[in-house]
Amino acid sequence: MSKTKLLQGNDACAEGALYAGCRFFAGYPITPSTEVAEFMSKELPKVGGHFIQMEDEIAAMGAVIGGSLAGAKSLTATSGPGFSLKQESLGYAMLTEVPCVVLNVMRGGPSTGVPTGPGQSDIMQCKWGTHGDHPVICLTPGYVQEIFDETIRAFNLSEKYRTPVIIAYDEIVGHMRERVEIPDAGVIPVIDRTKPPKGLDKYLPYDDTKGDVPPMANFFEGYRYHVTGLNHAPDGFPVNASPRIQTDEERLIRKVDGNRKDICKNETYKLEDAEIAIFAYGSTARGAKDAIDAARAEGIKVGLFRPLTIWPFPDEAVAEVAKKVKTIIVPELSLGQIILEVQRVSAGQCKIEGIFRVDGDPIYPAQILAKIKEVK
Amino acid sequence: MAFDYNQFIRAGKLPHIWCPGCTYGIVFKSIIRSLDAIKQNKDDLAVVSGIGCASRLPGYLDANTLHTAHGRALTFATGIKMVRPEKRVIALSGDGDATAIGGNHFIHACRRNIDITVLVLNNFIYGMTGGQHSPTTPKGHIATTMPYGNIDPNFDIPKLAIGAGASFVARGTAYHVPALDKLLIEAINHKGLSVVEIVNACPTTHGRRNKFKNPTDQLLWMKDTFLPAAAFEKLPPEKTEGKLPMGVLYKKEDATEYCENYDAMAQGVRQKIEGRA
Ligand SMILES: Cc1ncc(C[n+]2csc(CCOP(=O)(O)OP(=O)(O)O)c2C)c(N)n1
Ligand code: SF4
Repeated sequence: MSKTKLLQGNDACAEGALYAGCRFFAGYPITPSTEVAEFMSKELPKVGGHFIQMEDEIAAMGAVIGGSLAGAKSLTATSGPGFSLKQESLGYAMLTEVPCVVLNVMRGGPSTGVPTGPGQSDIMQCKWGTHGDHPVICLTPGYVQEIFDETIRAFNLSEKYRTPVIIAYDEIVGHMRERVEIPDAGVIPVIDRTKPPKGLDKYLPYDDTKGDVPPMANFFEGYRYHVTGLNHAPDGFPVNASPRIQTDEERLIRKVDGNRKDICKNETYKLEDAEIAIFAYGSTARGAKDAIDAARAEGIKVGLFRPLTIWPFPDEAVAEVAKKVKTIIVPELSLGQIILEVQRVSAGQCKIEGIFRVDGDPIYPAQILAKIKEVK
Repeated sequence: MAFDYNQFIRAGKLPHIWCPGCTYGIVFKSIIRSLDAIKQNKDDLAVVSGIGCASRLPGYLDANTLHTAHGRALTFATGIKMVRPEKRVIALSGDGDATAIGGNHFIHACRRNIDITVLVLNNFIYGMTGGQHSPTTPKGHIATTMPYGNIDPNFDIPKLAIGAGASFVARGTAYHVPALDKLLIEAINHKGLSVVEIVNACPTTHGRRNKFKNPTDQLLWMKDTFLPAAAFEKLPPEKTEGKLPMGVLYKKEDATEYCENYDAMAQGVRQKIEGRA
């Protein structure tokens, strides 16, 4: 029997993590993400998992990678300033291909910014926050039920592709309470990392001869291998100045980019006959739906494109939209970040208009409706 | 029969990156002898390091090994230990790694008294980046970022560890090798967080700039400077000037260990739930 609960977004994330088999959480408190840590600290001991509040976000990110290597599906949750602190080790997890999930509940910034207000201005940090060339998977749920579902998907993607997965949603959906259905265990499929067969003479943790995602052994399971943040050979040991560095980094990007069909997910709303499209995610997409209904009532043909996977960016799907509409409106809780991607992929085929807001308030449907009327 | 180091060395991963005269090789062999002495099963051992010359050691050691980010060894090690508390975890750092960039993690790992053996290979300098001063560089010593002589006050690593709550704290040197073997065995066997400062020489970026003409001069300096703790304590203050104690400096047997505390708490929670059911 599935359970129905009234949950806050952050609690739904924690519920989703537990459903997906997360058994380790390391974190450091920061508004507006802290409820996730609080929930996990309460629930993990009950299910044989472990919770630890570390001394800072840098430590939390390191612990999560260690926990995952030791065999536990691992989660950390944070917001703007804490997300910045996690970046070095987030890149480490990308290069070393350690699955884990990092939640960033977005607030205003830069710096301490607006701790209790919503923001979407970390969306580029999600993509480019760490150094070097690397793949990123980032999910952007906008409803509490969706946070539950997408958290499970985040763990599944991270295990399947052996890579960290970021979940980014704004404070509004993080703190909003909605009805959530939690199915019985097993109803939603849960993916675990593929392990190498037992008894190999030699286990190569980064062997790409059989595919872009090499099987991953956990520590203490008999294959004593080496993990390093240095560029490495298939056996995990450092290599310097070798063509292998380039082919390996290209593989990392390919294992995400080459599987866009599996990773990318989006929703459209009344977009089929639209002349104006709205590109929005998270709380702004919710406001956009109301504005669309109001505009449609006045006979304006407008629809929504809502990405649930924002990285990799839905290039082809947005390019299709750009071909069909006159204008794409991009409401954002930033001074213009994701609009740059919309501009890039629409390549001049339609007009692009932004609605930017960073004063700690949401973008209201009325604001979006006014813009729709303006561009009509 | 000669001691078989190969049982703990990864075939084909030598030669190591360390300079001639670097004492990290001495420490490496001491670690291997101590693992052999306690009959450590390699599959049940994780060795975690940060970044620096010292932190390259795990790459040569046949175990589950993790070379992390600068200063972060203890954070990764904490995650591993929390998830698999029954396994042996050793964290290894340079002085810069452990007490500068990783200083916060160092004191907090000590405070938790989590069962990790922390080896701080103190060569008084940043070796890998070419001899910049570290939190342990002696006053007046030349470093590439202290060209006029170091003015930075420095840490006494064992005192720092004791102050922060580690339940086993010791100091050894790359000169006093049999004593170091003994210390490592005791530290690894200790339940709780154990810190061993291991005094090392970096002839390449520290020694030669500071009047140690050759690597042996630095070893002889260790010989003259470090006295067994018991002998050190008996000396009148005027005789301890410029000397430091080595050996086990602090040991608390009854300190409770972090993972055990967690698991006891978790068990209590589960029993309560079962009782209600
Ligand atoms: C975040 C970060 N900052 C700086 C560095 C550069 N770095 C590499 S090794 C090192 C110092 C190492 O000194 P120590 O820990 O004392 O070890 P040693 O090399 O002397 O053994 C520094 C500063 C880095 N890798 N990462
Ligand atoms: S630079 Fe110094 S610490 Fe590094 S290997 Fe050479 S001698 Fe050893």
